[in-house]
Amino acid sequence: MKQVFKRPESLSKTPFHYCPGCDHGVIHRLVAEAIDELEVKDRAIGVAPVGCSVFAYDYFDFDFNQAAHGRAPAVATGIKRTRPDGIVFTYQGDGDLAAIGTAEIIHAANRGENITVIFVNNAIYGMTGGQMAPTSLIGMKTQTSPYGRDAATAGHPIKMCEMIATLESPVYVTRVTINNPANLMKAKKAIHNAFKLQKEGKGFSFVEVVAICPTNWGKKPADSHKWLTENMLPVFPLGTFKDTTGVEKA
Amino acid sequence: MAKVLMKGNEAIGEAAVLAGCRYYFGYPITPQSELPAYLSKRLPQVDGIFVQAESEVSAINMVYGAGSAGARVMTSSSSPGISLKQEGISYIAGAEVPCLIVNVVRGGPGLGNIAPAQSDYWQATRGGGHGDYRTIVLAPNSVQEMADMTIEGFELADKFRNPVLLLSDGVLGQMMEPVDLPEPKDYDVNSKKWALGYTGKDKAERNLCSSIFLDVDELEEHNWHLYQKYQVISDLFSKGEFKDFAVEEHLCDDAEIILVGYGIISRILKTVVEKCRKRGIKAGLVRPKVLWPFPTAVMQRLAEKTANFLVVEMSCGQMVEDVKLAVNGKKPVYFFGRTGGTIPSDFEILNEVDKIVRPD
Ligand SMILES: Cc1ncc(C[n+]2csc(CCOP(=O)(O)OP(=O)(O)O)c2C)c(N)n1
Ligand code: SF4
Ligand SMILES: [Mg+2]
Repeated sequence: MKQVFKRPESLSKTPFHYCPGCDHGVIHRLVAEAIDELEVKDRAIGVAPVGCSVFAYDYFDFDFNQAAHGRAPAVATGIKRTRPDGIVFTYQGDGDLAAIGTAEIIHAANRGENITVIFVNNAIYGMTGGQMAPTSLIGMKTQTSPYGRDAATAGHPIKMCEMIATLESPVYVTRVTINNPANLMKAKKAIHNAFKLQKEGKGFSFVEVVAICPTNWGKKPADSHKWLTENMLPVFPLGTFKDTTGVEKA
Repeated sequence: MAKVLMKGNEAIGEAAVLAGCRYYFGYPITPQSELPAYLSKRLPQVDGIFVQAESEVSAINMVYGAGSAGARVMTSSSSPGISLKQEGISYIAGAEVPCLIVNVVRGGPGLGNIAPAQSDYWQATRGGGHGDYRTIVLAPNSVQEMADMTIEGFELADKFRNPVLLLSDGVLGQMMEPVDLPEPKDYDVNSKKWALGYTGKDKAERNLCSSIFLDVDELEEHNWHLYQKYQVISDLFSKGEFKDFAVEEHLCDDAEIILVGYGIISRILKTVVEKCRKRGIKAGLVRPKVLWPFPTAVMQRLAEKTANFLVVEMSCGQMVEDVKLAVNGKKPVYFFGRTGGTIPSDFEILNEVDKIVRPD
């Protein structure tokens, strides 16, 4: 009988510690599948962030660095410059990438480092218990915005894809989600494209995954995906903001 | 090789290249700018990588990345920038990644000024960032030693898988002296079995570079492991192979007063010792060349013989605490300091010596 579903080689056997229904596990799997498909597991090097995915290195079966909060793109720069044949990627949350690590991501992108960035935007600080993130929506109630995010004092949600797409160097900037099977397949393709571009030496690729955090949103997983669809996607529209090599059409 | 005339900051750059360092990450700041300027020109000539980072925070994290991937790698900065690097240094020490960090110290606190100072001694020798860790701290006093200690620094970093800090100052960085440079060394990025991306046949299943140990027992074990490593380093510097490298003693045997100073100050103190001797005061000099591990044993031995210590620093008094800890109340330890970028004159120091040994 043909086996149609198995654990990707690039995923380790460690069970995920993520909350039930959390998107991190699925996104890990998509990354692992891309690395398997491109046959680069033996030279893949990941950089784990500080956030719920701090233990990402436990779930992938290849070399990993665990970076300080927000610094993953700088660490990845150092690794890639030392190991140009490595397939180097960062995996970061919205607090990590869009708040404390804003300088690092913008400048790694602007230098056109030949790395891949997987940005998991769940509009909240998951790991620390649900504080307001730079990507939290206006009116969104969190531990540190108990009256709802007020644009007058806390500003507006930061749109990282749109910002990074204004830079000359990045070759691929795209936003996806995994709220239904069709979008999941698109996300899988986008992550594959991003790693493919790196493998071909094309340059900086950035995939934002709009994701859920059922625990800190205080919603069931299915309700969370519904809430994401109705509330997050209007603010963070899906689509490709930059594709200089035409990888999506190829 | 024939001697060449170089600025201290440039000597560090050339020595790094000769030591096989091919990776530099940094952010501009005075008074160390000659170093990145030199390397931005020199590294591309030897297929090396020079990256001007967006901040010192990024620079040290690039160092963390490159070091974890097996590179012989360095960064440099001056005081305010070194403060920004402390988070990264803590991670690097925790993950046991070798690298060289140069601090061409300037006046602080805050933005302070760009004049030479020694007010980062505490930050350098106490770890600097958060957590239970140590960095090896080397303190040159000449352009020649800027070069020699750069090379030695890379060796020590690799030997102990630990960050090494070269603590210099604006005078040493900017002054020109003749330097004898050694033959270049080869360094293979693929020589560290534990490094990320290592491709040797003896590679472990996979390599991980991390400073997180969520389980309290695991972190305690890790911290004791680091502590034991620091003990081994301390022993090697006090009684083992680096004993002579660690400290310079000058005319201490019969000294009634021993002057203690590191870096540029030690050169002034040498003049003071000469002048004292001419005037019949038996003065000696101890110069710690390594600030961590501090040459405690040497101070203890000398405290048995000499009557007084006078510590001189370009700060309000930082290393003096280590001298006092070592002397442990056996003999009086006096202090004289100038701060804010002022270099004390031999005359001022002589005056202090007089006050101690000829109180009337
Ligand atoms: C320098 C520093 N500041 C703050 C923290 C605390 N902290 C840990 S995770 C986190 C937020 C993570 O949120 P995000 O990046 O969105 O990841 P998520 O957990 O949502 O996946 C913060 C603030 C830290 N570890 N280090
Ligand atoms: S807190 Fe949120 S982001 Fe973190 S594991 Fe749980 S559901 Fe996922
Ligand atoms: Mg988040």
